[in-house]
Amino acid sequence: MLQALSPHLPVLPILLPLLFGAVALIFERRGIGLQRAIGWTGMLALLLAVVALLVQADTGAITFYLLGDWPARLGIALVADRLSAGLVATTTLLAVACLLYACAGWDRRARHFHGLFQLQLAGLNGAFLTGDLFNLFVFFEVMLIASYGLLLSGGRGPRMRAGLHYVVFNITASTLFLVALGLLYGLLGSLNMAEMGARVAVLAPEDAALVRAASGLLLVVFCAKAALLPLYLWLPNAYARAPAAVAALFAIMTKVGVYSVLRVYTLVFGDGPGELAGWAWPWLYWTGLLTLLLATLGALAASTLRMLVAYLVIASAATLFVAFALATPDAIGAGLYYLVHSTFVTAGLFLVMDLIRGQRGRTGDALDYAGPLRRNAPLGVLFGIGAVSVAGLPPLSGFIGKALLLDAVPEGYRMWVWGTVLLTSLLTLVALARTGSQVFWRAEPWPDGVRPPSPPLRAQWAGAGLLLAYGIGLTLWGAPVVRYAQAAAAQVLQPDAYMQAARERAPQIREPSP
Amino acid sequence: MELALALVIGALTAAGVYLLLRSRSFDMILGLTLLSYATNLLIFSAGRLVVGKPPVVKPGVETVLANYTDPLPQALVLTAIVIAFAMTAVTIVVAMRSRADNGDDHVDAGGEGMP
Repeated sequence: MLQALSPHLPVLPILLPLLFGAVALIFERRGIGLQRAIGWTGMLALLLAVVALLVQADTGAITFYLLGDWPARLGIALVADRLSAGLVATTTLLAVACLLYACAGWDRRARHFHGLFQLQLAGLNGAFLTGDLFNLFVFFEVMLIASYGLLLSGGRGPRMRAGLHYVVFNITASTLFLVALGLLYGLLGSLNMAEMGARVAVLAPEDAALVRAASGLLLVVFCAKAALLPLYLWLPNAYARAPAAVAALFAIMTKVGVYSVLRVYTLVFGDGPGELAGWAWPWLYWTGLLTLLLATLGALAASTLRMLVAYLVIASAATLFVAFALATPDAIGAGLYYLVHSTFVTAGLFLVMDLIRGQRGRTGDALDYAGPLRRNAPLGVLFGIGAVSVAGLPPLSGFIGKALLLDAVPEGYRMWVWGTVLLTSLLTLVALARTGSQVFWRAEPWPDGVRPPSPPLRAQWAGAGLLLAYGIGLTLWGAPVVRYAQAAAAQVLQPDAYMQAARERAPQIREPSP
Repeated sequence: MELALALVIGALTAAGVYLLLRSRSFDMILGLTLLSYATNLLIFSAGRLVVGKPPVVKPGVETVLANYTDPLPQALVLTAIVIAFAMTAVTIVVAMRSRADNGDDHVDAGGEGMP
């Protein structure tokens, strides 16, 4: 069985969630117990497939999977290399914790939760694994449609308003994506990323400006999804209003945009003629630094707990843009480590803030005086771990990520990158310290007649704890992760090997076409 | 024909962007729809405009692109139409729900600074 499945490994992380999502929808009226069983079976199967995929990718192989058995340049291909497999694994580990947290009761309120959750995973994994630009659009849409459902089901009032903004902004961005795809297909005659890269490399110089314009449009789309300046204004409200388990899963969604930029601008436009090669990096470098600064100021000014974390999500995506824009193997490797770390830690903070919110009575997550926090010792420990990680203090994973990044900054960029990263780390620390002291130390007595809130459920503790434990794991077993990230970065920066693998992968049944 | 198509795409995009920037959710949905029409035409034109030639291989006709029209953009447009259709439905549901909950068709209804 396992032997028979191994050639199909790249497609399993998409097929399994699709299958279990459909099954969950079919049995939706058979009670929450069955829903949870289906959800967890799907999660377990996905976890096994992803571990196998990760082991396969770690050999350095670039596996092409031809859907429909057409040659890669004609049909749709899935590609699993180190970068894709690593991100799929990150998504899956994150999803385990989110599902755990949601099973504490949110899935009972949002009726379609388990079906939508699986479909969201299918979309995320598909976006990471596809080797075709139009297919990337389709998986973006799958991911977004599921996210609309997850964000809005069981919600009302303010969340509906935030949801409308989120939906309309993302549909507009998707329309721009299609415009860019239409232009690129008209200019290059292919939408397979490896084939596009090969054609850009031999592009006539007079077409370079047109291709650059189309690729600029594409960059706008990816930056809108990844929440880069000035396109991040949609994010804080939508994430701050999302249910906790969903907001935690959304922490990976901005990373899909960052991943797309890294993939497309190294593979497709990596070595174009003249001005086309690497034209995007200086733009991303400066907007990344600026976004990092503004997002940190936003975190400092946030008036609710979840708004604070939403701004930290933007700041982490901005740090990644800076790291990738430096475009050296070390900087990209450091960025990939930081990507994994920041996904887990910001997601964990969303869950911790939700737990704190539940223990503050009517004040909820407003950053204001409240009754003495119930169960403040364990909550304080969780908040402390999350805050230390995300601010980049030793000894946790944030420190390793930022130290690796600062170390990898080439000569000449040091002043701006070091200055901005260190300053924003300090400001983040101030924001978190202020939040912590407000939440844990300043308290008014509980008003008479108010019943103290009930304690969090065990599954909630487990979900939040698991995400922060991932961060600690990234510290204790940092060396293998850093090695993997560096190898992935080296692989990404060699688009020739990727194109070679695309050409060599012949259809198995069909005759090779001329 | 190229000029006519380009003008239509331009007019649709302009109208779509104008409507999208208005603050009523109904106008906004119409704007999104017009934008998606413009995009579909644009993708269609990416395969070059060819009149009276089939997109599928015909027996007896030599298989070079001069004898055919490019089938891929047509497949892409089909996908884009389906997705835009579904998205319009989703937006309408969200907009109606937001109007019912927040008491107004304005996109910021019930928010800060709004009645």
